[in-house]
Amino acid sequence: MDAEFFEAAALPLFDQLYNLAHWLTGDRADAEDLVQETYAKALKGIKTFQEGTNFRAWMYRILRNTFLTSCSGLRVQNTVYLEDEEGDGAVPAHSVTPESVTLQLENSTAVTDAIAALPIIYREVVLLSDIEELSYKEIAQVLAVPIGTVMSRLSRARNLLKQALAVHPTGRSPYAV
Amino acid sequence: MQCDSAFEMLDAYLDGELAPENSAVIREHLNMCTRCSAQIADTARLQHALRAARRHFVPSSEFRRRIQKQVAHSQRRTWILPRVPMAAAMAAMAIFVFLWAGHRQTSDAIAEIADLHVNALASANQVDVVSTDRHTVKPWFQGRIPFTFNLPEFSGTDFTLVGGRMAYFHQQPGAQIIVSMRQHKVSVLIFQESTGMEREFPRTTAVDRRTSFGMETWQSEKLRFVLVSDADPSGIDNLARLFKEANQ
Repeated sequence: MDAEFFEAAALPLFDQLYNLAHWLTGDRADAEDLVQETYAKALKGIKTFQEGTNFRAWMYRILRNTFLTSCSGLRVQNTVYLEDEEGDGAVPAHSVTPESVTLQLENSTAVTDAIAALPIIYREVVLLSDIEELSYKEIAQVLAVPIGTVMSRLSRARNLLKQALAVHPTGRSPYAV
Repeated sequence: MQCDSAFEMLDAYLDGELAPENSAVIREHLNMCTRCSAQIADTARLQHALRAARRHFVPSSEFRRRIQKQVAHSQRRTWILPRVPMAAAMAAMAIFVFLWAGHRQTSDAIAEIADLHVNALASANQVDVVSTDRHTVKPWFQGRIPFTFNLPEFSGTDFTLVGGRMAYFHQQPGAQIIVSMRQHKVSVLIFQESTGMEREFPRTTAVDRRTSFGMETWQSEKLRFVLVSDADPSGIDNLARLFKEANQ
């Protein structure tokens, strides 16, 4: 019965899982490996899934943890994840977008480039929130962090995106991506 | 309220994640503060633009087949039970059939409804009539089903109408309305109540154990309503209330 449940519940998530995997890995072959491994692990661990809890969040959590322990995941962790989250120098802190600045949002290539250029901890939170439309509570489950951390990371992620997409009167983006 | 400390609050407000009393504080602040108003408007526009990232990467059909095979294959494998003595197996089966017969009617109906929901979502055309406008969806069913029903107004709720499709339950035509709530899809199935349906459906909310879909069902006039979704029970409950109010 478990396997039957798994097929009915997990296969419809295939496109979303792949999209998320590709956004995380940035590469088709890596994304395919990641999705395949996610399905294998999920199937193996289906008994640990608690009925009545959110299956999608459960699958995303497996995908995300698998990514972090994969080669490409370890690479990004070494460069970004271990930095001090609150005071990392590479990432500008909150700053208000000046009102004179417009955001270059009609250009979808610019938007997707900006997402791809986000450090992984901000990219994953913005993907889960604004692309997959998970609630803060679900995101907290996927990332295994408190809701407050979800809030601050998400807020900062969106701010970084705004800065990356800002068009200044000079026509140049101040935030090199 | 200090603007500089409130960015997270603005984001949470926009995402509908604040408690009502905090939302009221933010709303009041937004009325006075042009800077925060501009900020929140920018975030809303950004969120809209981020939709470009949805389905941005599409899996190849070859890879899709590979995963389908992987999942289906594992299912077959789990069916190969360890060999047990024949007598024990027969006895177990007899007990199972005995127990199962009692629950069959209810669980059959629930499973059939869950299948209708899964089929609709897995189908290339999730809906036969695509519209967020209830005034388009409802008339589409005229002449296709032998009854009428009312659709609630969805504006101002968490729900968006996706569309409708024909559904068949016990060979009877009915309406299947697909409503989305965040990324969750809810099927609202409407059929003519027939004799025996009351016995087949539980009185209250149920969960299909096979798929863990939540389900809520009730009867109104001569119609049987069934809601099925993987959304959380309170979401299903809210939507059920809207439909009940519209079809009193």
